[in-house]
Amino acid sequence: MDLRYSESDEKFRAELRAWLAEAVPAFGPPPGIHDWAARRLYDTGWQQKLFEAGYAGINWPREFGGRDLSATEQLVYYEEIARAGAPYIGVNFVGLLHGGPTLIAEGSAEQKARHLPRILRGEEVWCQGFSEPSAGSDLAALQTRAVRDGDDYVVSGHKIWCSFGPVADFGEFLVRTDPDAPKHRGISWLILPMDLPGIEIRPLPTLMGESDFSEVFLDNVRVPARNRVGAENDGWRITNVTLRFERGTAFASEMINLQQTLAKLTAFAKRVTSDGVRAWDDADLRRRLGHLAAELDALWAMVKLSVCEAEAAGIPGVGASAVKLFYTELNQRINEVGMRLLGRAGLCRDEIEDMPNALIAGRSLQSLSLTIAAGTSQIQRNIISERILGLPREPRPTAEKAKPA
Amino acid sequence: MNFQISEDQRALQEGVRSFCEGRLPDERLAELAEGGGFDRALWKDLAELGVFSLRRAQAEGGLGLGFCESVLVFAELGRRAAPGPLAWSQLAVSLIDGVAEGEVVVGGLDLTGGAALGPHLLEHLDHVDVLLVMDDAGLRRLDPNAIEARPVEVPLDPLTPLHRADSLPEGEWLAGPDEAARLRIEGAALLSGQLLGIAETTLLMAVAFAKEREQFGRPIGGFQALKHLMADMFVRQEVARSAVYAAGATLDDPLVGSAPRAVSAAKLVASEAALANAHACIQIHGGMGFTWEVPAHYFLKRARVLECCFGGSSEHADESARHLAERAEALVAARA
Repeated sequence: MDLRYSESDEKFRAELRAWLAEAVPAFGPPPGIHDWAARRLYDTGWQQKLFEAGYAGINWPREFGGRDLSATEQLVYYEEIARAGAPYIGVNFVGLLHGGPTLIAEGSAEQKARHLPRILRGEEVWCQGFSEPSAGSDLAALQTRAVRDGDDYVVSGHKIWCSFGPVADFGEFLVRTDPDAPKHRGISWLILPMDLPGIEIRPLPTLMGESDFSEVFLDNVRVPARNRVGAENDGWRITNVTLRFERGTAFASEMINLQQTLAKLTAFAKRVTSDGVRAWDDADLRRRLGHLAAELDALWAMVKLSVCEAEAAGIPGVGASAVKLFYTELNQRINEVGMRLLGRAGLCRDEIEDMPNALIAGRSLQSLSLTIAAGTSQIQRNIISERILGLPREPRPTAEKAKPA
Repeated sequence: MNFQISEDQRALQEGVRSFCEGRLPDERLAELAEGGGFDRALWKDLAELGVFSLRRAQAEGGLGLGFCESVLVFAELGRRAAPGPLAWSQLAVSLIDGVAEGEVVVGGLDLTGGAALGPHLLEHLDHVDVLLVMDDAGLRRLDPNAIEARPVEVPLDPLTPLHRADSLPEGEWLAGPDEAARLRIEGAALLSGQLLGIAETTLLMAVAFAKEREQFGRPIGGFQALKHLMADMFVRQEVARSAVYAAGATLDDPLVGSAPRAVSAAKLVASEAALANAHACIQIHGGMGFTWEVPAHYFLKRARVLECCFGGSSEHADESARHLAERAEALVAARA
């Protein structure tokens, strides 16, 4: 039960910190959120810089261009990236944080060699094609069909809520390869080249007013069968590997950012007065902020525990659901206190001088997605109560098949 | 860094767990509640197990272990609502002779930051041989027999008997404000361990009951409304576990962070986990949960006792806010 970073961790930290101190200011500010082409260029440009400096794929195998460093060095990495205010992982999210790790765990040698180095170098952007209009929380009810035809699968269906769709080169797509099997047993995991004929991507504005989401329509898309990851019809198990990565450590840098958001809110509360009373002198508000800071410290300790356990086990455990559930709801609670503190200033999403209004108002909206994506909070509670506490499962007839609507 | 529990720590945890489960089954808690809330023989055995001498150097007859091990052991004591001034006695082991062996029972009263509302409420006064009083000036020892106090007829926790006293003699000064402040932080860490144990045990009780109890023709644990209550209990338990272990690790190795900050975080989230889980446990037991017979109430009541010792939640939230304010100032300075 030791929290001390090793000497080599600290050496790594010092080198990374020194590099970031020069590289971050030199890289410039991010482009506007609506300019997808520029966003791809910016986010992948930063990934390239990381790669060239040797800071890409901290925990990925060396043979694919990674550093193969320990889980604790990975934590150091997240701490320093956030501390330096480095560009957000952005369009590289799916490739770096779940597609890539899933290939490392389950992909063929050819798939790994083909994709992993390119993801690390910022040459390949991935999106996710899991959800469908009728398969959200009940993901295994997905109906996108993949019919084997020679060396190809012919894929038809409709995917929804895909982030980074418009700029992705590849997608991790779940498709139904056996419509007669029980619904969890007829799914396969495909690497989908997004430029294949028959793919149409339509933007789907989010409640932020941004086009972060898209819908993907697949009409008889021929996908080479060698793009399947793992065995045919074993996609559900692989999906759970992917989702555990997504729920486990993928949010680590966002958690550190959240610590900074709370510090910014505190700095604001110490400065701002209402009716002649400084916000920070309101004991109720101050203690609420203090309590949130304590919860963030507890969360970071929880991540450390979960990372050490994952390192021992190879992949994140089901306990990742507890981290995800706590983090996402805590994030919302912090933004909620921020909005209360801002009052009417929170109604304005334009920057107001010396106020964190744009940041907090934006985050308070953005954070609504956190308790929905990667399995809603309610699904996480089902997972915890069934798989960890051993309570009776939700009705899930084993013979249930995914029937076309 | 390996934040996981080590093999040795796991063995210690399991040893104390099986001891506590053997000696403090539910029936025994009920007997203790009837019989004044203390068991001197159990206390001696806890001493023999090393509960009080855990952190003492081996050369001095202790186990030479640290706060990591202490919070693990105190979590086990919390899981079975072990009665008595456990934290005070462990804190006093190097100040008062005979504590390590369990021959001298040391209790205490924390008056730091000023006395609480109402008269002084002294825990286990009939059972302690030495009473420590901690305040902003330091730490002093009092002879319990020299205190004019009368028993409280109905203490909130039947396993934590109380006496009320309007004033206290000065006693003999043992330590100044700095050492008292240090002991107080250490004490808060130990109590956080006990609170974690309460959060764990109440979740276990709730889950076991919900799997057995049938209504509407099926186990109530299959209803999503209750499953989600228990999932939230699990999350609170894990949040508390992480913070409590981090507090132990930080006290043992000050280089990894600020101990007061880690301990305040632990005390806050562990208090919240213990109180909320004990409450949820009673709720899940329904009408039975409101009876004396179901032991859930012992844990809720003990959580209240522990929550308000060595700093209540408001105080630790203030402490946490102080550390947050320092970081906010550093952020402003860095930008300027």
